[in-house]
Amino acid sequence: MYDIAKMGTDVDQNTTKISARNVQVYYGDTHAIKDVNVEIGARSVTAFIGPSGCGKSTFLRCINRMNDTIDVCRVDGDILIDGEDIYDKRVDPVQLRAKVGMVFQKPNPFPKSIYDNIAYGPRIHGLAKNKADLDEIVEKSLRRGAIWNEVKDRLHAPGTGLSGGQQQRLCIARAIATEPEVLLMDEPCSALDPIATAQVEELIDELRNQFSVVIVTHSMQQAARVSQKTAFFHLGNLVEYGDTSQIFTNPQDERTESYITGRIG
Amino acid sequence: MPLSWLVLIVLALAAAGYFVGRIRVLKLAGGDVRALHSLPVYYGANVALSAAVPALGVLLLWLLIQPSLIENTVSAMIAPEMIPEGSNLNLVMADVRRVADGLYTAVETGAMNMAQVDALQASADVRATLGELGVALGQDVRPEVLAAAKSYLVASGTGNTARMVVVLALSLTGLVLSMIRTKPDYRARNVVERAVLALLMAAASLAILTTVGIVLSMLFETINFFGLHSWKDFFFGTIWAPNFRGDSELSILPLLWGTLYISFIALLVAVPIGLFAAIYLSEYAGPKTRAFAKPLLEILAGIPTIVYGLFALLTVGPMLINLFGQTGALGVNWMSGATSVLTAGVVMGIMLIPFVSSLSDDIINAVPQAMRDGSLGLGATQSETIRQVVIPAALPGIVGAILLAASRAIGETMIVVMGAGAIAKFSLNPFESMTTITTRIVSQLTGDGDFSSPETLVAFALGLTLFVLTLGLNVLALYIVRKYREQYE
Repeated sequence: MYDIAKMGTDVDQNTTKISARNVQVYYGDTHAIKDVNVEIGARSVTAFIGPSGCGKSTFLRCINRMNDTIDVCRVDGDILIDGEDIYDKRVDPVQLRAKVGMVFQKPNPFPKSIYDNIAYGPRIHGLAKNKADLDEIVEKSLRRGAIWNEVKDRLHAPGTGLSGGQQQRLCIARAIATEPEVLLMDEPCSALDPIATAQVEELIDELRNQFSVVIVTHSMQQAARVSQKTAFFHLGNLVEYGDTSQIFTNPQDERTESYITGRIG
Repeated sequence: MPLSWLVLIVLALAAAGYFVGRIRVLKLAGGDVRALHSLPVYYGANVALSAAVPALGVLLLWLLIQPSLIENTVSAMIAPEMIPEGSNLNLVMADVRRVADGLYTAVETGAMNMAQVDALQASADVRATLGELGVALGQDVRPEVLAAAKSYLVASGTGNTARMVVVLALSLTGLVLSMIRTKPDYRARNVVERAVLALLMAAASLAILTTVGIVLSMLFETINFFGLHSWKDFFFGTIWAPNFRGDSELSILPLLWGTLYISFIALLVAVPIGLFAAIYLSEYAGPKTRAFAKPLLEILAGIPTIVYGLFALLTVGPMLINLFGQTGALGVNWMSGATSVLTAGVVMGIMLIPFVSSLSDDIINAVPQAMRDGSLGLGATQSETIRQVVIPAALPGIVGAILLAASRAIGETMIVVMGAGAIAKFSLNPFESMTTITTRIVSQLTGDGDFSSPETLVAFALGLTLFVLTLGLNVLALYIVRKYREQYE
């Protein structure tokens, strides 16, 4: 595990992209996230790990305000992206989500053609001036999603007809197409087989050249393979946050150690 | 022995078999339930079923077959020349049955015995004798009828005795055989479960057979109709003018036009309103609003259509006249009577709203939340998500819902009877009276015309055409809905 975890440590992680201060999340009466403070670096991959129900997905969904769609959910504290509070009243959550893209646990291509799936975001946000422009965005996104070669001959076939791994890369390409700055991934590989997982992980590693990627994962090996920083959540608390290599080799907190060695979770 | 006694005896045997079977198997197992293959109730049920099911099944068949067998033998006794002028075999046989019934009552109540019945002569006043017993006959009994009635009585007496013997024998055999089989290692549970399966299958096939029966009866009457009336005129003629003195022009096309036109207007009202209501309820309304708005909307579906008909005739019709009539608010004088295509169409549309909205609501809700999340996560607004992701994903299902609503509109009767008028014609003017297939079926069958005249039989041809039309729409709708379901499961 060591040698894998070492990779990518040379990346500049000094610039902070997202910073959370005293974040509390309540679902009705349940206190789901307790007092989380975290600084997430630009152009790097940050992994959130922890047992089921520890709040890592909930916290991820706070970063693009997807929790707004849940009626009983309430968020306190500040989350800043590039120094701007995203929970400020002046911030339109719709605009925010164009900037902070999201990839979900289960591949969820729209029941449209592959082309229309990718073109969906750019069309909504008016990113393309004309058809040729849109074609270019679609091709670029599919290339960056590492799926271009597999689908270039059937762009107008339905996206739901692809295999699970292809669908997930299509969804990543779809998220990239709107040119976000941050890419949130909620267990993107949990519905995929090992080969498709390897392809997606390879893609994530390339994505960090352009985006700040935050990934929630249940697989500690995956966190070790793809991330530079890792945050360990337990029972709604952020227990430990640091360089991935350090978390996996020399955890400071007893609970982190128990989790990564398989004693809890 | 009367039929009810026979049934009761068989059921009593079955009930006794149930308890005896249970007790016997427990005794054989030495009182240890664990030594049995199945629980004791299954052994009991197995014995009960063996005693009851074959016996009652044979009884049922017997009841169906015996009358027609006797009828055939007896009616052979009545030679064609014996049938009076202006009557037919069926009427004579009805007389025979009534006399036979009367004689049977006489024997049952002890007023006569079989020997006396045998000795009865037509010359004797049979009518008076039976009249005393409460069997009224319309005319004096003719000798051939009396003779036929006697043999009818004898035949059914023999048949009933044979029926009793066979049924009881079957019941007892079933009881004894299953009792012999009742041993601790007998797989009673499997047998009982197979019997339950057979019951379920019987229920399912009964529903299907009924449909087939309806279609066949319609089909035969329709064939009768086409024997009397040219099918070319029916399908391709342009005039609907039934005339009970005969020589009518009976063409479906003007009626079909009225039906489709009214249904079209109904869908024009129901589809947008129903669909928008469904979108609001499923996507925007909070759980509280939804909890009271949805049932409230569905109340519309529970209103009897005759009430809608009243509403059309007494409220909507006059309201439309106030708008479009001679002295109406718009002063256009387009509409002269309360019954019109528009009246019926609008009211039928209101009736269909809950149909469209409820089905569409279910279909929209079936679109996975992941689709909405995916779209919202790309920075789309809720409205964009609904228009570009949710509705397209739900579209096949919505189309199916609309087709189902259309087939209801085409088959709807009461609203058009009261709201649409009775004039069959081709016209595009929605303010005119028009008529539909269903209203014509009602009026053709409720008249006092001869049942075998083409003017009455045309109702069956109309009904069959309507049935084929709505069946086609339903099949298409279900096909579309099913195809859509496969996408997400």
